Amino acid sequence: MSVVDKLVSQELEGNTVRDVVVRFAGDSGDGMQLTGSNFTEATAIYGNDLATFPDFPAEIRAPAGATFGVSAFQIYFGSEDVTTAGDEVDVLVAMNPAALITNLSDLVYGGLIIVDDGSFTDKNLVRAGYSSNPLDDGSLDPYRLISIEIGKQVLEAVKPFGLSHKFALRCKNMWTLGLVMWLFDRSRDSTIDGLRSKFSKKPEIAEANVAALNAGHSYGETAELPSGVEVYKVPKAHVQPGLYRNTTGTEALAFGLLAGGQLAELPLMFASYPITPASNLLHALSSQKQFDVVTFQAEDEIAAACAAIGGSFAGSLGVTSSSGPGISLKGEAISLACATELPLVIVNTQRGGPSTGLPTKTEQSDLNQALFGRHADTSLPIIAAASCVDCFDVAIEAVRLATKFTTPVILLSDGYIANASEPWRVPDFDEYESFPVQFETDAENFTPAKRDPETLARVWAKPGTPGLEHRIGGIEKSFETGDISYDPENHQKMTDVRKAKIDQIANYIPDQQVSLGREVGALAVVGWGSTFGAIHQAVKRCRADGLEVSHIHARYMWPYPKNFEQLLNGFEQVLVPEMNVGQFVEVIRSRFLIDAKRLNKVSGQPFKIREIEKAIKSLLESST
Amino acid sequence: MNAEQKLTLKDFSSDQEVRWCPGCGDYAILKTIQKLMPNLGVPKEKTVFISGIGCSSRFPYYMETYGFHTIHGRAPAIASGVKLANPELDVWVVTGDGDGLSIGGNHLLHALRRNINLQILLFNNEIYGLTKGQYSPTSQVGTMSPSTPNGSVDLPLRPCTFAIGAGARFVARSIDTEAKHLTSVLERAHGHKGASFVEIYQNCPVYNDGIFDYIKDKKTAAESRLILEHGKALTFGDDDQKGIRLDPRNMQLDVVTIGENGVEEDHILVHDETNKVMAQMLADLKGPDFPEPLGVLYCNPTEPYEIGVYAQRNEVRKSLGSPDINALLRSGHTWNVEK
Repeated sequence: MSVVDKLVSQELEGNTVRDVVVRFAGDSGDGMQLTGSNFTEATAIYGNDLATFPDFPAEIRAPAGATFGVSAFQIYFGSEDVTTAGDEVDVLVAMNPAALITNLSDLVYGGLIIVDDGSFTDKNLVRAGYSSNPLDDGSLDPYRLISIEIGKQVLEAVKPFGLSHKFALRCKNMWTLGLVMWLFDRSRDSTIDGLRSKFSKKPEIAEANVAALNAGHSYGETAELPSGVEVYKVPKAHVQPGLYRNTTGTEALAFGLLAGGQLAELPLMFASYPITPASNLLHALSSQKQFDVVTFQAEDEIAAACAAIGGSFAGSLGVTSSSGPGISLKGEAISLACATELPLVIVNTQRGGPSTGLPTKTEQSDLNQALFGRHADTSLPIIAAASCVDCFDVAIEAVRLATKFTTPVILLSDGYIANASEPWRVPDFDEYESFPVQFETDAENFTPAKRDPETLARVWAKPGTPGLEHRIGGIEKSFETGDISYDPENHQKMTDVRKAKIDQIANYIPDQQVSLGREVGALAVVGWGSTFGAIHQAVKRCRADGLEVSHIHARYMWPYPKNFEQLLNGFEQVLVPEMNVGQFVEVIRSRFLIDAKRLNKVSGQPFKIREIEKAIKSLLESST
Repeated sequence: MNAEQKLTLKDFSSDQEVRWCPGCGDYAILKTIQKLMPNLGVPKEKTVFISGIGCSSRFPYYMETYGFHTIHGRAPAIASGVKLANPELDVWVVTGDGDGLSIGGNHLLHALRRNINLQILLFNNEIYGLTKGQYSPTSQVGTMSPSTPNGSVDLPLRPCTFAIGAGARFVARSIDTEAKHLTSVLERAHGHKGASFVEIYQNCPVYNDGIFDYIKDKKTAAESRLILEHGKALTFGDDDQKGIRLDPRNMQLDVVTIGENGVEEDHILVHDETNKVMAQMLADLKGPDFPEPLGVLYCNPTEPYEIGVYAQRNEVRKSLGSPDINALLRSGHTWNVEK
């Protein structure tokens, strides 16, 4: 359905549409991510609900015009609740032939294409793989095309600022943004403010960009565009009143860790090693030094995990962060933290794998690694974030579990929610319950093996405390004294108690809720992590079609809430969509003996709503 | 405990039975360190010993201080985390030639060049003891071991050369059974602000017995040891008539005898522990052609890493707001949705 058709089918007044998907695509150096994030901010301020999907290549600066260097930013916004970045694209902005050829297949028939005419040179066409110019060979006839020599327009607009040709052309993205803002009636104010503060030391650059933005906007107002292309209104969403901001998953995760540290009344020792897409967490925390956090860029992944463990031993909360390949390297150290029962938070921002795989693309294929990817019996709590905003609460929960049960905790995020952004109704931190850590201070009958009889957490006695001098280590320790013990029965007991400690965490986590639908029925779609949005929408659509389907989304990937098994058993069928070849589904099958069905996708792209919708319908049809 | 009360060796000895092989050089080192600790003026509770894996790495269990026996090669990384989390702690790392230079070479390198304030003691016995006698990265070529039954063929590295090359600002060498010398070196290492590296020649009586006899033997000691003292001439031999001279023609050190071939006293190099080039040349000297330097090869302090980290944090904090989560959540662009 095109924007124009939507207008007809949605039967709204005037040029009003309920929801739109816009994708900005260009060279990795064209500033598409910046363009997209500015448009997102303006859209959020406008009052639409939205979700975004930044999709960029691993190459920092691929050769200009190359298809593998295309960087895209997609935003889905509308007047109803939006939880994914959208399936089909309504408006495609393509800054060059490579951006057009790589993104056209996602555009709906009748969709709008905005291209920079000037970039469709013979050289760029050949580089993108076109044998003829799509702008005039008729191949774009099924779409509505707005072809503009953006470069020429920009040069004209920024002339007064005396920039070099090269710098002047860099304003092309702002010009284009201005045009798209016109198309959807967005305010340019936040972008203009942002440009002026970003280039406060180079006012001529700021003003040139502002001029380009305004010129793009004026172009929309004055130029004769193809019929049907005019300003579209997307009604404001019915969102809860309150103060909002946009957040990426990484930002929310950083804030959540800092918040968790305060709730635990502990300093954080964050140790990490650069890896895409996890590095941004290191960057985010490194610039928040007003909080009680020390950030440490270690020499490698192993050292990062070890320094975090050292931090925990010394009485901070150690946090380490990486993506799948880096987590592999941390495995031995995580087992040390399991053996010594020290608190530790391990953040895995998953990416496409194995090995280097698809570093900038998303996947959920490290669940097995989190569950089983260490030597020996090392059970530990695993929790997963469902959305950008959810990262805040999940990070706090990771800190709570790590400190309450003196255990490493794995927090699973992924490249999609790490980089995507969504509006966030800012919570009131004062409403969060604190969980202050009590360090041991009592030297009377102290042993490092002492446990809380209820939580089974091992005592946390930090160096610097007089009278509690003690040694811990990776060699098995006596349950009674904490001294080295090779006693066979003791090893059995220690293994059992370490396992029991993690298993009984189920008593300290909330029951599993149903996200959408009833608590019993024909089908439960059970998801985890960043597939939340797509599953939610698919289930919603199926329910609107009268299907008896519910959405259950797991946060606790180990151990499971006490009611989890019973809840799943209330459904005739269970479907588990995952961005891997079937990892959670195997856990459900083996742990709960439920004949769960799988839906898997590992293309580096998030699920589309219709893919899940189709799977739900086909499963329900085949069973009737 | 009364702070005035003088602690003794016993106060620093844990109740754990020491379980090294009889005759192991580690016993002597342990005793020397337990004896040294009360003189350093650091309370037990502020002292932390951290080790990796290997015979030497059992060390923390025997010290009545805080201790962490970690994983193979990773002690410098874990110790870095401890020191960074609480710079008030006095942190010692105990490692060996396999632990510190093979599996953990990268961590040792970075702890040294980062210059974090740790005392790193490397017990060098040129063999893997705990895994039953395989050759190590410091084993001499030809070392017969279970993994090299026909003799090792790869070239060894020299720990002090490695440390200076890594950018260490304090590098010294001593011998397990030379309690007096070892004590003085450890005192210097402890007093040094920043990463200090001490190689300790340590005999393994089971798998590599006697490899340091040439330097430990009192009869040959005068010829095989070059005792370093800052500002003193690099002389050795029975009557200190031998010395180390720099041959300017090939930029090499050579051994000369005062009074022979026109060599005079002032031709002998004078030890300058702040001179990195000299330190590197000395670290490379190897018997039997040369005497082996003992003592402080290099000491040239600069600001330790953790001091820089906290100083920067304090500086940056002046321009950042208060640590207020609600303010953080409301930072950047926000907007209000009205009822």
